[in-house]
Amino acid sequence: MAKRAVLRSFGRHWLKPLTFWLLALPGLWLGWQWAMLLNGQPHALGFNPIETTHRFLGDTALRILLISLAVTPFRDITRWLPIMKVRRRIGLAAFWYALLHVAAYLGLDLLIAANMSIAGMFAGLWEDIAKRIYITLGMAAFVGLIPLAITSFNAMVRWLGARRWQRLHWAIYPIAILAVLHHGFMEKGNQPMPWIHGGILALLLGYRLVRSARNRSRPSPAAS
Amino acid sequence: MFFYRKPKPWQGREADVTPRALYINRRQIMAAGGAAAVTGLVGCGGAETEASTSAATAASSTAAARQPAPASGGLQYAETGYSVPDPLTPIDAVTGYNNFYEFGVDKSDPARHAHEMSVDPWSIEVDGHAGRTGRFALEDVVDFGALEERIYRLRCVEAWSMVIPWIGVPLASVLQQFEPTADARYVAFETYLDRREMRGTRFPVLDWPYVEGLRMDEAMNELAFLAVGLYGDVLPNQNGAPVRLVVPWKYGYKSIKSITRISFVSQQPETAWNKAAPNEYGFYSNVNPNRAHPRWSQQTERVIGGNLFNRRETEMFNGYSEQVAHLYAGMDLIENH
Repeated sequence: MAKRAVLRSFGRHWLKPLTFWLLALPGLWLGWQWAMLLNGQPHALGFNPIETTHRFLGDTALRILLISLAVTPFRDITRWLPIMKVRRRIGLAAFWYALLHVAAYLGLDLLIAANMSIAGMFAGLWEDIAKRIYITLGMAAFVGLIPLAITSFNAMVRWLGARRWQRLHWAIYPIAILAVLHHGFMEKGNQPMPWIHGGILALLLGYRLVRSARNRSRPSPAAS
Repeated sequence: MFFYRKPKPWQGREADVTPRALYINRRQIMAAGGAAAVTGLVGCGGAETEASTSAATAASSTAAARQPAPASGGLQYAETGYSVPDPLTPIDAVTGYNNFYEFGVDKSDPARHAHEMSVDPWSIEVDGHAGRTGRFALEDVVDFGALEERIYRLRCVEAWSMVIPWIGVPLASVLQQFEPTADARYVAFETYLDRREMRGTRFPVLDWPYVEGLRMDEAMNELAFLAVGLYGDVLPNQNGAPVRLVVPWKYGYKSIKSITRISFVSQQPETAWNKAAPNEYGFYSNVNPNRAHPRWSQQTERVIGGNLFNRRETEMFNGYSEQVAHLYAGMDLIENH
């Protein structure tokens, strides 16, 4: 019982700021590398910095999304309740990296390919969405994240009510599947990374299926 | 974690780069060094000097007749008119940004892992419709005394490009010595495969080994080149050591690396990327800005080492129409992509 109490308060003061800075770190690193690059200093962006940027932001967004889906199983296993306080924060970070990923694609690919014409950029975007399946999937995932990001603030949670909020945020499961497919269809050949991301996602979703099946089979479902 | 990357072994510091002027003049500097050596001999004085100098000359001329493949160090080669006006891609990019999936799918994987491949000694199996077939040592396939330099554009199907000074011999000169027969309508190539030395092949990214092929008239075209070096030196492993194809009017993946088999065949051979995704990668794979890859446009390309905020317009046949367009006269190049 004493151990339970410790776990219930452990991290109460430092968990939120620590999570914030951990989530900001990839973005700060990328910004720093770009600053070095643009100043002609040695940097870690390789010989194709724009491609590195796309991959880095996409990988980061997807991996943070997977981490956000791992929070609940982690709580169930460890019974460390305070971790739930940072779940929304982690999910929101996935959105911010996805937004940067889309902005980099628009700005560093489409805008340059269209000779800096904004109209040309949107024409290119529409063509990509219509023609290229991995862009279609990725865009669908990103658009799906927008309502979840907008409703991630306390006021919105209160306004929607916990039940409706939860029902809306259930959308994160299909969004995660779309994001993994986006990655898989983007790569050339049969590459290992999308399978690894997909495998982790399958585990996280499988856990939820098993848990809800078990809850349903009980005579009086436990509140969770 | 993925946010911090250790500097790679090939990531030199800016300060280590040889100044361009020095690099451009390297041959003059070498020549000067050679002259100094001769002067040194003269310094010894007497008739002995003349004798040793001429002996050295004789030795070097016989060596030039049929030189063995050098284990390392610079190559001797003739310069040619095959060049492009664009600046060369810096050597650290040419040797540090590679697609060689046998060593991993990240562009920096080949530079990190390709040293695990053993390339010396190297032999090539020649089979099919040809007068001379069998297993040949690399030195018997490539005449290291007849090397030439060709500065070619390289256009990757992923819409990036480089300009690379290759050292090698025309492919036609190599193929002709095997006396292909009339039935040899295509030539097929195969990349070395060793699952211990090539860690990327432990995952079925492609159906290993990597295979490629050309129509015979494409292979005999003056531009088709068999490279054993770049930037004046032997090929680094990650660039396809010890011998690779260079067909500059086609997307980069046609230029198969680390060749261990050459087959003269009568039917169009299978090619690795075509097997993986036939709608994306055709047999011909000629650079064609009008035929989009199903997943991205091919109209422009990012020049590696060039201005980040500018893309180059991709040219038909990568700018080599004059030399190769006649090979495809009357063909629908969208259909036969």
